[in-house]
Amino acid sequence: MNDIQIKKSSTTYDAVIVGSGAGGGMAGYVLAHAGLKVLMLEAGPFFDPAKDSSQLKWPWESPRRGSSTNTRNFGDFDGAFGGWELVGEPYTTKDKTEFYWFRSRMLGGRTNHWGRISLRMGPNDFKGHHIDGLTDDWPITYDDVKPFYDKVDRMIGIYGTVENLPNEPDGIYLPPPKPRLNELFIKKGAEKAGVTVIPGRGSVLTEALPNNKDRGACFFCGQCGRSCKVYGDFSSSSCLVIPAMKTGNLKVIANAMVREVLTDQSGKATGVSYINKDDMQEYQVKAGIVILGASAGESARLLLNSKSAAHPNGLANSSNVVGKYLHDSTGSSAGGWLPQLMDRKRYNEDGVGSIHIYGPWTKDNKKLDFPRGYHIEFGGGMEMPGYGFGWGMENMNGSVPGRDGKPKEAGGFGASLKDDYRRFYGTGFGMAGRGMAIARADNYCEIDPEVVDKFGIPVLRFHYKWSDYEIKQAKHMQDTFQSIMHEMGATYGPPEGPETNYGLEAPGRIIHEVGTVRMGDDPKTSALNKWCQAHDCKNLFVVDASPFVQQGDKNATWTILALSMRTAEYILDQRKKLNV
Amino acid sequence: MNRRDSLKAIGLGTITAATLLEACKPNNNKLAEDTTDKTGSADPTRLPNEIERDKKLNAEKFFNDHEMATITILADIIIPKDARSGSASDAKVPDFIEFIVKDKPYNQTPMRGGLRWLDLQCLNRYDKTFVDSTSVQQMEMVNEIAYPKKAKPEMQQGVSFFNRMRDLTATGFFTTKMGLEDLGYVGNTPNKWQGVPADVLKQYGMEGV
Repeated sequence: MNDIQIKKSSTTYDAVIVGSGAGGGMAGYVLAHAGLKVLMLEAGPFFDPAKDSSQLKWPWESPRRGSSTNTRNFGDFDGAFGGWELVGEPYTTKDKTEFYWFRSRMLGGRTNHWGRISLRMGPNDFKGHHIDGLTDDWPITYDDVKPFYDKVDRMIGIYGTVENLPNEPDGIYLPPPKPRLNELFIKKGAEKAGVTVIPGRGSVLTEALPNNKDRGACFFCGQCGRSCKVYGDFSSSSCLVIPAMKTGNLKVIANAMVREVLTDQSGKATGVSYINKDDMQEYQVKAGIVILGASAGESARLLLNSKSAAHPNGLANSSNVVGKYLHDSTGSSAGGWLPQLMDRKRYNEDGVGSIHIYGPWTKDNKKLDFPRGYHIEFGGGMEMPGYGFGWGMENMNGSVPGRDGKPKEAGGFGASLKDDYRRFYGTGFGMAGRGMAIARADNYCEIDPEVVDKFGIPVLRFHYKWSDYEIKQAKHMQDTFQSIMHEMGATYGPPEGPETNYGLEAPGRIIHEVGTVRMGDDPKTSALNKWCQAHDCKNLFVVDASPFVQQGDKNATWTILALSMRTAEYILDQRKKLNV
Repeated sequence: MNRRDSLKAIGLGTITAATLLEACKPNNNKLAEDTTDKTGSADPTRLPNEIERDKKLNAEKFFNDHEMATITILADIIIPKDARSGSASDAKVPDFIEFIVKDKPYNQTPMRGGLRWLDLQCLNRYDKTFVDSTSVQQMEMVNEIAYPKKAKPEMQQGVSFFNRMRDLTATGFFTTKMGLEDLGYVGNTPNKWQGVPADVLKQYGMEGV
């Protein structure tokens, strides 16, 4: 008898959701609360921040003092398992592409460790073609999405301030955390450099959320990236999936890697097949509706791997756009230190683990050599020491006089050096630009014709190159940072130059991939309609960042949540009308 | 549509009866990297493969006794005991450095080679290795490599090595309880952040910002 069989369930769920991140989690939450019987399949293990977070651990509780490992690429205490390279789950590239693909294999996905920066896309992000002709418009406007952004703000909680900026729509806000001392210096310097700085916008409960007894208010440990034991910030695991399971209508199977979406002869989706990593057995499940929330890369991969007679080019791909228009945010950064802050008074400056201040894009592109823009994320303060603390003292302690007022020789050792670490503590700061890259058909992912992963699933192959627009945008970031740091009176190094593309991070490094299953009104040039419903397959929906036509200079998560809620409500409406 | 269909349609339907077919015989084919069962684990935040990896690392030995002795003397020269706190070796920094070179193997050759380079320098000058030289001789040697801007060109490899030692010692010291207390870090505890304290704002003239 064979060890491995395909076990076919005779249960038919109302909906099966692939992926438990922001999009999958929100869809599961809405549908379960409406009474549908939903199955959610998550490729990684179950994760509950209340039990599994490393929050409040001291650096010495890690033998490597919190530095990164190959299983936790952002630090030993970081809330994400998985990373750029997964054992047995490769991806490939072609034509000298350099692309990095981050996979958080766990309940809640990347929302466990993300920066909680929550920005609404603006009217000019949904409809930007009129600005310079370089981008495609979404089939929906900001006004179409606004009611859902509002509901998400109230449901999940977000801090910020009303600023009435034209393309940075205001939300419904809890009070923002006040700036740290270094950030006051940044604000003052930035304003002198002509850069607008406003309070940050983040999904952290700076005050308790009314009508929600499941989540605690933030207690300002600054460790959102570890995920929060009292559910004080947004993770899909804590805020969406675990509450949805309490309705009794959502079943979650973890360690389930979906290999394809199953369809019948008419082309209708009937369910999915997956491998259960716990017993290495194959399963098929049936559902009336199939919802993909596996991430831009994985959802495209699933569709392309789900070929059939009815869908010879891959499921929902008669337009041939699936995999295309992949784009990540641009990113470039800088940092320095403030001699004015030496010998500072100690107090608890942890704050929240998201941005206290940020710089929205307010420049006029007519005066610039690149389209659109970027926002700047700022930070600095007396952080908890971790691996890397004190490094490079030889580049700092020779530039200021010693306690005796006399010049010091750079580097050194002994009592005087030990004292230097105390003196310089809390003087550092950093800044990073996160901007809009233009979506192009020739940045894409496709199925590698030769390579499979350890589960036998064909892998993605990436083809991606930054254009001059993105490189010039990064140069502008570097020039802006130099201006700001100069006006701050900081000590800092020279800007990144053309040899590094002005510090422009390699594609994928910002981990904001979007666009691979784009929505549109025309089935010839889009895979989904404006409800994120597949043109070719009416009972198939996509709720992660794949449907994005064009990302703004706004991190994707808040828009993923709003669109997923909108799609889930559309599904309920269509079910009532017996259309799906 | 009949009532049953419309109830089903608005989400109040029932699942059709079913159970999944069981496997014919249970077996343990699970892959090591996908094992996530944490029952019986001392630390629920660590996955089994992480615990396994650190156990393996802890069982390895990289530096020999002579190298560890040299590292210990260097670490205590870099961060000595003073009125406020103990020395690097009081904070177990040498053990930290041993773990780090196993955890991050790209450090191994620079450290091993740097230690040997140092010993050769001392053998040529004093006929003794670094650990066997006198205190005065050790300090003379360290002075040659501790100041990047004024080191002689032929000492450059030593400067690189000492920079690395200095960095590892500083991180190893200030991420211990002793080091955090020395530094005066008072965070990592539930509190309410209300902004920079008033007296500090005044000190820097930041009241209006």
